[in-house]
Amino acid sequence: MLAIFAGFADYPKAWNSTADWLNARKNELSIFRGLPNIPQFFNKPFKLGLDLQGGTHLVYEADLSNIEKGKYSESMQGVRDVIERRVNLFGVTEPLVQVDTVGSHYRLIVELAGIKDIHQAIAMIGETPSLDFREQRSDLETQAIIERYNGLAPEQQQTFSEDPYFKPTDLTGKYLKSAVLQFDPNTNKPSIGLEFDSDGAKLFEDITSRNVGKKVAIYLDGSPISIPTVQEAISGGKAQITGSFTIDEAKQLARRLNAGALPVPIKLINQQSIGASLGEKSLHQSLFAGLIGILAVALFMIGWYRLPGVLAVISLIIYTAVTLMIFKLIPVTLTLAGIAGFVLSVGMAVDANILIFERTKEELRWGKSLGGAIEEGFKRAWTSIRDSNVSSLITCAVLFWLGTSIIKGFALTLAIGIFISMFSAITVTRNFLKLVVSEKMEKRLWLFGINRRGTNG
Amino acid sequence: MINVVGKRKIFYGFSLALIGAGIFSVIFWGLHFGIDFKGGSLIEINWQGQRPDAKTVKDILSPLDLGDISVQPAGDTGMILRLKDIDEATHQNVLSTLEQIGPLQETRFDSVGPVIGEELKRRAYSAIAMVLLLIIVYIAFAFRKVSRPVASWKYGVAAVIALFHDVFIPTGIFSILGHYAGVEIDLLFVTGLLTILGFSVHDTIVVFDRIRENLRKGVGKSFEDTVNVSINQTITRSINTSLTVFLTLLAIYIFGGVSTRFFALLLMIGIFFGTYSSIFVASSLLVTSEAWRQKRIAKKLGR
Repeated sequence: MLAIFAGFADYPKAWNSTADWLNARKNELSIFRGLPNIPQFFNKPFKLGLDLQGGTHLVYEADLSNIEKGKYSESMQGVRDVIERRVNLFGVTEPLVQVDTVGSHYRLIVELAGIKDIHQAIAMIGETPSLDFREQRSDLETQAIIERYNGLAPEQQQTFSEDPYFKPTDLTGKYLKSAVLQFDPNTNKPSIGLEFDSDGAKLFEDITSRNVGKKVAIYLDGSPISIPTVQEAISGGKAQITGSFTIDEAKQLARRLNAGALPVPIKLINQQSIGASLGEKSLHQSLFAGLIGILAVALFMIGWYRLPGVLAVISLIIYTAVTLMIFKLIPVTLTLAGIAGFVLSVGMAVDANILIFERTKEELRWGKSLGGAIEEGFKRAWTSIRDSNVSSLITCAVLFWLGTSIIKGFALTLAIGIFISMFSAITVTRNFLKLVVSEKMEKRLWLFGINRRGTNG
Repeated sequence: MINVVGKRKIFYGFSLALIGAGIFSVIFWGLHFGIDFKGGSLIEINWQGQRPDAKTVKDILSPLDLGDISVQPAGDTGMILRLKDIDEATHQNVLSTLEQIGPLQETRFDSVGPVIGEELKRRAYSAIAMVLLLIIVYIAFAFRKVSRPVASWKYGVAAVIALFHDVFIPTGIFSILGHYAGVEIDLLFVTGLLTILGFSVHDTIVVFDRIRENLRKGVGKSFEDTVNVSINQTITRSINTSLTVFLTLLAIYIFGGVSTRFFALLLMIGIFFGTYSSIFVASSLLVTSEAWRQKRIAKKLGR
């Protein structure tokens, strides 16, 4: 009696695990049946990935040809901020907007899980204008560039993107605070009033003071929309875009600029969208498959290893509950492949137990006492477990680097599963075995699948 | 006790035959790459009324001038269209054109530009190479103390050769499947392949670990004998482990969603052959390399 009590005191986590297990169980049931159950202290749902919730994964490439090399990451940050502001308008919980650099390609990844109207989202993002201010080049520079252009072959001339008359400045759409529709009091012609934030205001002041009497070009989406001549240095950060707009055009432009103006133009190069209904179906199917898988493994373990098998199955259940709990807490985004990874790790978790048991059986066959055999079994098996799990973990690390969010989910669930399985096999199973060992067991080795009389098992 | 090592020529032959078939298939039929690697678009739709046949769909889309479109039925009411990479405006155009046939719901849309496709391919190759390399390094490190009679790095190489085996055979099988059943090789395939690598090494290490221990204890009359004994000792365990994982994968294959079905199949094939290679090939390679070394020494001494 005392021994068992001590065992539990020695292993208090069993208690916590049980509480968590009940919690995890409850949440799982809610997905299927919404049974009212034991009250629990936190009710955090699982974080579902794109392919289970539905949503879209977009990749945009940024055109940085007009930005100087050192300022690339700054520009990309600007792009990220503007797009994020836009995306937040969709009401998606936790949108993902991220800069991604691959070689010389600067990209933006936008992931919107659970979004209702994907097409509208893409349209809105695509609408984001890019605004930048350019100043006039000196005549010498203009000459040089024109000469360079003339010296190129025709195909190269097509892709030549340097503007011979204007060169880019630092003032771009990311400094824009607001844009309002204004009317000229005399002619009633519409124009757009721009207001910059404090950094932008300073830049604007610099640019205008440098260029008094010269032209400054305002480029929208890569083409000049207005080229006023600067009358005087303007401080206070207010500018005006005049041009031949109709009232509607001006209104639209003000709206687009207000929602955020990008410092550089972007282009959609990759899109993956999954409808919500497909997502839900996949979710149910994989959960079901997972359950069956665990059941099959449990049956096998008990059938082959008998008593230790039962213990392994119990520790397996605890393992499942703990792993799921950790997935919730971190939180790990579950994708279809992620669930597959989890189910796979269940199979592998059992492996550690199998290693230990086979070892123990061997030791028993060679005539060691039960307690001694178990100890030896654990010790010897540990090196194998450690080495083989490390190799799987190496694979996970590489997968994490390689893949899109879906693959990352798989790598992550598998890796977490492996870590926890190592833990559960070593501590949980061992403690259970210790609890169970007693004098009586020595006589009942048949429970362990061994027949000491002959060589069997 | 099964004389695995003694019969190794049979196993080598079997493996080479399978690998050969796989390579032949790849050269002859190529690998059926999905849009993840090739670039292009994939539209999956669910017809809510009567599902039209492929010809109707292609005809109605032909004025849009989209080039080749592959139309495949999916399940009872679904359809998968594969075509070149299209932008969002064209995408919406396609959908509204299709709606003229009948009401439908789009369940999935992927559009991959060619640049990304190429990039992904390159990344995938380097990922596979990296995993193989890291594994050799790790095994050489873990087995560094076992230099007699076979040098520790040889363990790593033997394991990796067994792994090549694990990579080529499933790839070959999927190349055949790709040719006859249109099964695609996409990013999930690469993931599966990498997982197989990680897992197969797992198995192989257990056997090597036992060999290491037996060498230390001096079990076995010769190196070949030691290896044989080790294999026999670990065979139950190897099979059991693979069996448990196999069971979970089988559950996914049968009950899981369509998108993970071939993933599960790949992993099952991989684990089956991975276990086979660990038991019958990897350790035997150690013996073979040792035998060669002995032969070379004998030759030198003989001269």
